[in-house]
Amino acid sequence: MATDTDIAPAPTETDHHDHPAHLQHHFVSSEQQFDSAKLGMWLFLITEILLFSAMFVAYAVYRQWHPETFVAASETLNVTMGTINTIVLLTSSLTVALSIHYIQKDEVKKCIYNLGATLVLAGGFMVIKYFEYTSKFEHGAYPGGMFDPHGGHYAQLADVPFASQFFSIYFVMTGIHGLHVIIGMAVIGWVAVRAWMGSFSSEYYTPVELTGLYWHLVDIVWIFLFPMLYLI
Amino acid sequence: MSTDTQNTAVAQPDEHEEGENYLNHETSVWSWLSTKDHKRIGVLYCVTLALVFLAAGVLALVMRAELSGPGETMMANDTYNQVFSMHGIMMVFLFLVPSIPAILGNFVLPMQIGAKDVAFPRLNLASWYVYLAGATLTIMALLWGGVDTGWTFYTPYSKTTGGGVLWMTSAIFVAGFANIFTGLNFIVTIHKMRAPGMTWNRLPLFVWGMYATSIVQVLATPVIGITMVLLILEQVLQIGIFDPSLGGDPVLFQHFFWFYSHPAVYIMILPAFGIMSELIATFSRSRIFGYRAIALSSVAIAMLGFLVWGHHMFVSGQSVVSSIVFSLITYLIGIPSGIKVFNWVATLYKGSIWLQTPMIYALSFLFLFSIGGFTGIMVGVLSVDVHLHDTYYIVSHFHYVMMGGTVVALLGGMHYWWPKITGRMYNETLGKIAAFLVFVGFNLTFFPQLVLGAKGMPRRYATYADRFTDLHQLSTAGSGVLGVGLFLVLGYALWSLKYGEKAPANPWGAATLEWTNVAALPDPHNFKRTPLITRGPYDFHLADEVFGGGDGEADGDQGLRVPDAAPAAPLEPSRDA
Amino acid sequence: MGDFWLPEAASTIAPEVDSLFLFVTAVSAILLVGVTGAMLYFVYRYRRQSPGERPAPVEESKLLEISWIVIPTILVLLVFNWGFKSYVKMHAVPSEAYEIRVEAQQWNFLFEYPNGVTSDTLYVPEGEKVKMRMSSADVLHGFFIPAFRVKYDILPNRYTSVWFEATKEGDYDLFCTEYCGRNHSEMDKVVRVVSQDAFDNWLEEAGTSEDIPLPELGKQLYSQRGCQGCHSLDGSEMVGPSFQGLYGRTDHEMSDGTTLAVDENYLRESILKPEARIVAGYDNLMPGSYSSLSERQLTGLIEFIKEQSDKEPPASDQGQTTATN
Repeated sequence: MATDTDIAPAPTETDHHDHPAHLQHHFVSSEQQFDSAKLGMWLFLITEILLFSAMFVAYAVYRQWHPETFVAASETLNVTMGTINTIVLLTSSLTVALSIHYIQKDEVKKCIYNLGATLVLAGGFMVIKYFEYTSKFEHGAYPGGMFDPHGGHYAQLADVPFASQFFSIYFVMTGIHGLHVIIGMAVIGWVAVRAWMGSFSSEYYTPVELTGLYWHLVDIVWIFLFPMLYLI
Repeated sequence: MSTDTQNTAVAQPDEHEEGENYLNHETSVWSWLSTKDHKRIGVLYCVTLALVFLAAGVLALVMRAELSGPGETMMANDTYNQVFSMHGIMMVFLFLVPSIPAILGNFVLPMQIGAKDVAFPRLNLASWYVYLAGATLTIMALLWGGVDTGWTFYTPYSKTTGGGVLWMTSAIFVAGFANIFTGLNFIVTIHKMRAPGMTWNRLPLFVWGMYATSIVQVLATPVIGITMVLLILEQVLQIGIFDPSLGGDPVLFQHFFWFYSHPAVYIMILPAFGIMSELIATFSRSRIFGYRAIALSSVAIAMLGFLVWGHHMFVSGQSVVSSIVFSLITYLIGIPSGIKVFNWVATLYKGSIWLQTPMIYALSFLFLFSIGGFTGIMVGVLSVDVHLHDTYYIVSHFHYVMMGGTVVALLGGMHYWWPKITGRMYNETLGKIAAFLVFVGFNLTFFPQLVLGAKGMPRRYATYADRFTDLHQLSTAGSGVLGVGLFLVLGYALWSLKYGEKAPANPWGAATLEWTNVAALPDPHNFKRTPLITRGPYDFHLADEVFGGGDGEADGDQGLRVPDAAPAAPLEPSRDA
Repeated sequence: MGDFWLPEAASTIAPEVDSLFLFVTAVSAILLVGVTGAMLYFVYRYRRQSPGERPAPVEESKLLEISWIVIPTILVLLVFNWGFKSYVKMHAVPSEAYEIRVEAQQWNFLFEYPNGVTSDTLYVPEGEKVKMRMSSADVLHGFFIPAFRVKYDILPNRYTSVWFEATKEGDYDLFCTEYCGRNHSEMDKVVRVVSQDAFDNWLEEAGTSEDIPLPELGKQLYSQRGCQGCHSLDGSEMVGPSFQGLYGRTDHEMSDGTTLAVDENYLRESILKPEARIVAGYDNLMPGSYSSLSERQLTGLIEFIKEQSDKEPPASDQGQTTATN
């Protein structure tokens, strides 16, 4: 991308009188700006972890109180779909990491391909999730008050006390996680467009890196959700 | 003596009439609504929060009026319940939590560390808009029939009562993001944006206070966010997490709620500690005694603050063992607060104490916060708390901390930085009268409540037994005095905007950067040249740029002469044209 | 100082709590006077003499700083230890304690004694250990007797308990301390401490509810079960419809627009399944807990409600449309 290098000529960080286009006026150097952005992102990720942690606590408490219910209800989840989704999401973490790797080497095209691949994988995750959800709704396995299991292997849940609670927690946790996936997809799409427009180079790729960090978090949350909800 | 060095390069005393400053360099409404300048965002927040405080304060006066007699005096139980709920919710979530960080933190913090702005100016502006969205949702809640759950939203009551609960919980969820944005911004700013020479040991204590606050904001706010989401889902989808009739647990809600709301108390009080240190140092012109102890105890309080939420639940159904552990940790957190008070008093020792309005507020704070602290120790005593829990003793205790502490410190801070924010001086005589009225009115309002509570008057009562009448009437009378004091402040503050005397750059003889290196009304980018810091924030004996060469030379009465800028950093970034 | 701060003490635990309260208050007052005194003295002693004054910096004293960390720590640990011991005592319910059931609901307490007697005044014998086993029919409530210094929340999904031993005969207040909605502040009862003999007599007499006439039983239930909190007898507006002139009405309007005649079966359904039909202009607030009334109690209550009206019974055609039980 020729235009890219034209825009950001700054050869050395020490030369303060050069102003790369991406450098905001209140920062002294690109380095300071990058470090700030990265620290800010890490703090944001911490808030995300705390957001999920409350739900994990709710899960732990009710699992402690009604262990049989959780085992019985968990068995109705589709482990195959869950496993495929785990693999899909892990692969997407790899591709987003590769996109950072390539932008650091100024290989903008490869970076965009990898962002695109991440987007496709994330979309795949959501499609599988959609099928999982609809198969539950068909059998009345709704969250909370509308819970009315029937048909298939869901019928037995009608006799399990507090089974609706498991599905409440399941839908709330995977739902909020899914929301994060969708937000992530939007951000990745935006970053890909900007990369295509030539905004990024090895000099300046903060948004790519931060998006990658965010995506890893989405992945990690799923790594916890999957065994907790599907396996144990 | 003071006039002969005025022709220095940096600042003229009347510069704000001619020169460009942050207020006059753009004046359109849009320039305010789209500003990324931390000072302007501070002012925007100041106006907004003043309106919220006014609304919630009027509700408090209405409550006290209703309680002037034991039976129904002017409103039905339902109305009273909504009034005290809205007072609590607005004061806590929409005023006290954002107050000092959003107003003074935004305005002062970047200047105190020698930065041009916070690290993420756009995020900072977004914070204000998100806050406005939260405030709008609050208004929706009011239109939808109000909220009568108290500010704690305890389940299952909050699920059974209709009205605006859904709107209100959404408002708290949304407004939480405004706090997260501010906290995140400050942590990064303090880590990454300090001027050359501004080491951690040279940070003004206000900055340390904001740092500790921001940590709590970032770590605690997401939990109230998800709790509110779960509460909303509980109402909409009946998910059965908190509602016992669906297998949920109301005590779990209380754990979640206090896991945020106890640290939130530190979000409210830690910035006040920061202001106190600034005021006491400047007006006694001495180094803060035990700078490190104060700085680190703020961080210690922020951390320990996450481990004491259970002391709100000694009689709520948690196990005896947890109560005992929570009580013990509660005491550990009391000690750093005590250390601070001792250190502040010791700072006065052999100082040069100037009793201006901000200092009067600072001294009021020491007295009121001490009572707040001692009553806090009292309600931390397990068996005594059983008697005092959910009575007016608790109400009074947290008003001593939140209003006697945070609001009084905020008032002190607003007077202290008023010249920097507006370029005008407030009327000192009226200031002192108002400070006196606030102090007297406050104690008259809340001390009788301590006695009421100890005698067994439960909180959140629209009507009460006859034998409590005298103390309630005393408290109502006090609230009137307090109200007069606060309206007086509002009055002369507005008056000073137009008619106030023009402020010099450093009217108090302070030694931190926002006074020594910034013009009377700050430049849009704060500093003409990036400052280089060579001494601690309260090293008055080294602050020759404030006082001139030797002792007794400067004239502190009409305002000190405008200081020279500290030497610029060697590698100076070029300024925008 | 005790009289200034604290209410009358009438239980065995109260003196312990009081002495701790007064000890903390006294120590706090001494420290407060010390801190404020030092502050005011310094403000006067070191007031600014000339505008340009620059005092020499004061050296920090390690000893001083350590002392004001260590001394308060010792003080608070002392207080913690004291408070923790009496707290444990409050929670260790003696096994021989006499148990009274407390059923809380918006906005009423009902006390049930081991022999099945129910009462809306809490009678307790003096000098005997009494345990309250408490539960709620709807939202959170609180059980607080200031004179006994006991308090605990009442929860809907589990039993909680408090115990005390009253030491002085007399009437005391009982308050609800966990906010529970509209009439929270009116959810109070009288605690009547009587001698053991008087208590036994009362229990004996109150236990004969089987024999009293039905309307009389209904009247008792009306105040015991908290009906009076929401339904007036004089026609005044409260949370629920007034009982005055209710029975026999033929144009009773429901929230879905239909009207019906108020007969015995309608009253029965409204007590047992309050959510089935809501009267126009009112909210569905009535607790479902009345379904546990016995058949005789139910009839008694209905007879009582009938007495509040001088209307003729509605022309009851056979096909009543009440929900079958």
